[in-house]
Amino acid sequence: MNIPANKKKISIVCFSGDFDKMVAAFTIATGAAATNREVTLFFTFWGLNALKKNKGRAATGKSILAKAFNFLMGGLNHLPLSRLNFFGASSKLMTRMMKQHNVATLPELVEAAHALGVRIVACEMAMHILEVEKSDMIEEVQDVVGVATFLNDSEDAHIIFI
Amino acid sequence: MKHFLDITNETCPMTFVKVKLQLAKMSDGEQLEVLLNEGEPLENVPRSCEEQGYKVLSNEPTDNNKHLLLIEK
Repeated sequence: MNIPANKKKISIVCFSGDFDKMVAAFTIATGAAATNREVTLFFTFWGLNALKKNKGRAATGKSILAKAFNFLMGGLNHLPLSRLNFFGASSKLMTRMMKQHNVATLPELVEAAHALGVRIVACEMAMHILEVEKSDMIEEVQDVVGVATFLNDSEDAHIIFI
Repeated sequence: MKHFLDITNETCPMTFVKVKLQLAKMSDGEQLEVLLNEGEPLENVPRSCEEQGYKVLSNEPTDNNKHLLLIEK
């Protein structure tokens, strides 16, 4: 197989922890990786919820505030829809509609991203604020990085903010 | 050895994701037959395979607006 020397690069900042926006981020990421692009997903703030090892609700962190935030936000199974969330029911209804239309669900897209070698990194600063440790996150998280490292790695990449 | 993949029930991006993952499992020189729909998959799957250095040996229409693609790794 001939791999072009100047492989195209895409970096996606996953800021929002919203279900629909995470679907968009992973759809672009898997589509890009499958068409031979080098893809990095940089998870920060609410986006970190999608990386938590515990996909349900867990009081992660040490302080009362961090525990409360992390418990209320939950993990991948509790991402809210950005519109018409209806106390969390909508993301489950949306997943059912996606299955009915043969569209890949969020867990399937995440699994495909791992299989395609999409690079997953987490924001050090957001982890400090929310008191989330690397050990609290899925093992596919390759690095915990700051903004300077992210920008250096994304020097020749298109950067998408979701 | 010839492999077969039906992506007619898949939608973007899983159409070319499944082709890419299947090709990754195969050895150089092996062939993959892909049954796909017209439209977006037909436009993008052969192109992305060629961009990655795979050979598209044939691309034949079949019944019901589907196409059969033969790719060599």
